[in-house]
Amino acid sequence: MNKTWQIASRELTSYFSTWMGYIIVAAALIIDGLLFNAFAVGNGAKLSADVLEGFFYFSSGMSMVAGILLAMRLVAEEKQNGTIVLLYSSPLSERQIIYGKFLSAFLFSMVMHGVSIYMPALIMVHGKISVGHVLAGYTSLALLGGLTISMTLFASTLASNQLVAAVGGSFIVMIFLTLWMVAKIVDQPFKDLFSWLAIHHDHFTPFGSGIVNLKDLVFYIGMIVFFLESSTMALIGRRCQG
Amino acid sequence: MSLIEVEGLSKFYGSQAAVQNVSFKINEGEIIGLLGLNGAGKSTILKILGSFLLPSAGSAVMGGFSVESDAQKVRELIGYLPDRPPLYDDMRVVAYLRYVAKLKNVPSELVDTRLADVLDKTNLNEVAWSPLGELSHGFRQRVGIAQALVHNPPIIILDEPINGLDPVQIVEMRDLILSLRGKHTVILSSHILSEITKTCDRILIIDKGCLVAEGQQADLQKTHTRGFKVVVEVQGPVPRQDLLRIEGLTISEETPNLDTGSVVIKFDCQSDLRPHIAQVLINCGARLLEMRRDRDGLEEVFMNLVKSSQLN
Repeated sequence: MNKTWQIASRELTSYFSTWMGYIIVAAALIIDGLLFNAFAVGNGAKLSADVLEGFFYFSSGMSMVAGILLAMRLVAEEKQNGTIVLLYSSPLSERQIIYGKFLSAFLFSMVMHGVSIYMPALIMVHGKISVGHVLAGYTSLALLGGLTISMTLFASTLASNQLVAAVGGSFIVMIFLTLWMVAKIVDQPFKDLFSWLAIHHDHFTPFGSGIVNLKDLVFYIGMIVFFLESSTMALIGRRCQG
Repeated sequence: MSLIEVEGLSKFYGSQAAVQNVSFKINEGEIIGLLGLNGAGKSTILKILGSFLLPSAGSAVMGGFSVESDAQKVRELIGYLPDRPPLYDDMRVVAYLRYVAKLKNVPSELVDTRLADVLDKTNLNEVAWSPLGELSHGFRQRVGIAQALVHNPPIIILDEPINGLDPVQIVEMRDLILSLRGKHTVILSSHILSEITKTCDRILIIDKGCLVAEGQQADLQKTHTRGFKVVVEVQGPVPRQDLLRIEGLTISEETPNLDTGSVVIKFDCQSDLRPHIAQVLINCGARLLEMRRDRDGLEEVFMNLVKSSQLN
């Protein structure tokens, strides 16, 4: 755990020691704010809970885009710069490298979501929503962001550079995002399978309404672990093949 | 017992062999040079010894631990400098070395001591607080060495450590490597013969993934010199025609010494023809100042070995 944290803390420092981290946070805040004002609040009268649900819905898009941007560099950049050799030649397991990298991007995304708290706070001040609803929504953003990060991290371990990692990560995310549409046009058992595998449609929506289902928590955490372990295997494979 | 034992090591990328059936042993405290052309397989061997590339066949044991099954233990024993130092440009030198020390299991209470030691050893004190991205190539290379030394490992692996350095930096790097002698076992790779000869106790010559020769420089020259070479220094008329009548003798080089009026002649012989040469020179009235057996230089030995390897 100590080594995992060492890797995570170095990555976190690097987000804030360059402009990249600040640019991602600023861009996320601006886009979140605009979407919140234009769509979540809108022009007509709405219930506070509906405004909050709209906020989480639009933030989920931001969470996925930020997840791809944060994770594309995690391993691919190390390969591009040759710094991966330091990790390979240190007494670390591949799992410690992957989980450390994931932890850094995940914590950064939490910070990014954290600074948007003023929007739910505005709704709370001017309307009536429960803290539980806010917590459920932020849990969903964290989980969806974490899943996007783990998917792009997997692409990053396979890719030779950040651009390929970003394209690969986006591709994986898009596939899993749109599976619910595919589920509509296929027969059983793929219908249920694809619908269950879709990362947003069925699993995210309940959180936005303030409902936390154990099955959705298990889905997100399971999928995150699956992609992290796949990334670990990809790194181990690299040691075998060179 | 040897500190490093490599037996029948091979590495294939698809059907292409990068390393083929390489075996060698390295004793504690030695400085070993892997000499070979670019793409000969030196880096692949070093990566396998560093335990972050698995061999396709054979075994490598570092300090009693297998690079395949005890990778973590092996990595604790080694400091590794790749051909491109693994530096994070956004970090400062001290922060970077502190990070590396923690990754390499240096106890927290010893980190500051180790940092001070490697900064001194690698002459990095003047840039200790500089961002790595702003350092010159020479300093970056030194930081690369510092990260390899920070946990005081018994084995240090340096892949092309003098690549891209200017002459002054090369001398500094050479002194640094020589200062490690005895305290660490060093394996370095290079395609620059002069550096290998100046720093290494023993040389392993690699070509096309195969170990084509190994030994001390003098032994390699002795073993792999082709034919019998003789050098003579004479004053007076040189009886070239008479000398060339000796069967199996050719003159490879003739250098006049203007100060003494003598001539230094190098002969390539099929066998030891020194008595015949001496006889001819004396009979012709030339003054024989010196006669000795000569060997090929390491460069010639290397070229001979590479050519033979290519022919095979």
